[in-house]
Amino acid sequence: MRFRAKIVDLACLNHFSRVVNTVARLAKTCTLRLTADKLYFILSDKVANGGVSVWCELCQGNFFDEFQMEGVAAEHNEIYLELVPENLSRALKTAQNAKTVKIKLTNKHCPCLTVAVELPSLSSSSRIVTHDIPVGVIPRRLWNDFREPGVPDFDVSIYLPVLKTMKSVVERMKNLSNCIVIEANLSGEMNLKIETDLVSVTTHFKDLGNPPWASDDECQSSAQGRDLESMAEARIDIKKLLQLLAGQQVNPTKALCNSWTAQLCCMNVKCFAVQIIYRTCLEPLSRMKGASQVVVYVTIRTGV
Amino acid sequence: MPLSTQPPASGERYVLTASLDNARHLSSLLRAVHFQDHATCFATANGIKVTVEDAKCLQANAFIQAEIFQEFAVQEESVMFRINLAVLLDCLTIFGSSSLPGTSTALRMCYRGYGYPLMLFLEEGGVVTVCKINTQEPEELLDFDFCSTNVVNKIILQSEGLREAFAELDMTSEVLQITMSPNKPYFRLSTFGNAGSAHLDYPRDSDLMEAFHCNQTQTNRYKISLLKPSTKALALSCKVSIRTDTRGFLSLQYMIRNEDGQICFVEYYCCPDEDVTEADL
Repeated sequence: MRFRAKIVDLACLNHFSRVVNTVARLAKTCTLRLTADKLYFILSDKVANGGVSVWCELCQGNFFDEFQMEGVAAEHNEIYLELVPENLSRALKTAQNAKTVKIKLTNKHCPCLTVAVELPSLSSSSRIVTHDIPVGVIPRRLWNDFREPGVPDFDVSIYLPVLKTMKSVVERMKNLSNCIVIEANLSGEMNLKIETDLVSVTTHFKDLGNPPWASDDECQSSAQGRDLESMAEARIDIKKLLQLLAGQQVNPTKALCNSWTAQLCCMNVKCFAVQIIYRTCLEPLSRMKGASQVVVYVTIRTGV
Repeated sequence: MPLSTQPPASGERYVLTASLDNARHLSSLLRAVHFQDHATCFATANGIKVTVEDAKCLQANAFIQAEIFQEFAVQEESVMFRINLAVLLDCLTIFGSSSLPGTSTALRMCYRGYGYPLMLFLEEGGVVTVCKINTQEPEELLDFDFCSTNVVNKIILQSEGLREAFAELDMTSEVLQITMSPNKPYFRLSTFGNAGSAHLDYPRDSDLMEAFHCNQTQTNRYKISLLKPSTKALALSCKVSIRTDTRGFLSLQYMIRNEDGQICFVEYYCCPDEDVTEADL
């Protein structure tokens, strides 16, 4: 098992740090899956983490200038590591204006992800900061636990409004109630509602637009033939939703992204789940080989 | 009209309706009196008075004149209800408390009368929020009976002078002692804390002193914990009037100028600390 990778481009490095920061805010521990051309940060839906699951997929070619990995065996050319993303996020914080960042899998007392940051220096000698982040190697028999979540059968799928507005609305609502009801329909309308003994608050968003799902016929069974006006609703823990909104750091700065959408799928009653998908499309930067996207699926189980 | 998406049903009669282009004008004033969760609102044709009390010794009033609102109508002689101020503030700032320049939250406020909720319709950037805040039975308010004829001493200061003093108050002291006198030391703030006592004197001819009308020497102590909430109003204000009456009751009037240059007032009344006379004698 071998892994080594190198980032030279500052824009790539900053973008990678933002993705790691986002993951760190969403999950205490997560799984880092490495394949020959992709990296994944995965948090699978377990009761212990309160019903939040994360699936974050990155193309290595968009971030790394060098990327070598050798899996456990030729026919299973993958590596699964258990990692505290906060540690990686902190290590990358010191690399804000680094010349190069090298990440490799090492064995120092225990398996470690070693992050070597070369900082600019005035003299000829180089300054290198090394972080050793302990990781756990996940054996092959457990790999099946980390499969990509399919797009589930949903009633309504809708683009989310500007996240800053949504975040401030949800923040105030959190002060007033523990759970929030999200309603959406196929005419681009979404409502956020709370109701308590003291107060009821409803925020109405309109003209949000519904993403076309025409290509994936198999996943829109419930959405098809649905009344455009009728609202699908899901009730979720408001803290979980806020954690997600506050955690997103993959900011759509104009230089990096030409489109930034988040999709919300309100599930039907059977599924008890809300799924939010972020897509950021990166504009081809000098170092990057083409437009790419970071997809983060977050699923929050609805409260019973 | 941005709010036309959520018009109040035409058949309903409201005893109070008010609209405001920028909800922040209201929320910032309410925040200046937000030291307890419950407030009593009293509306007349002149405007709304929001009263918050603590420990039967402190009363804060925020006056929002009818002119501040773009539309203001009260159908009865007066309308009164009690409301949870924390909830009201969260609703008013639902789109964020520090709005970007050029964006503001429009507000329409309606109240149908006793037993009905206070309705708020807020709009920013095409997003509409409707809030129904349940109102409560109004409680009897304290009457401090502070009338201008009984005022002994009065000082008007520019707020920055007092802001610094309040920021550096020794909070280990239980009381703040205020001395106002026609002679030296004119105006003195004293604290008696663990590390010793501190006195802060304002000369009579200081630039910060806008007016000085002191008729007799008066020394009174006020619980510092009661005066501390008034720093919220102090932070927003441009001028402050400090008055004491024959009984030693303190009145602090803060003049607050909003972004549009309109002027509002927030007033704090505070009882003096009882045992001061025994301790002094």
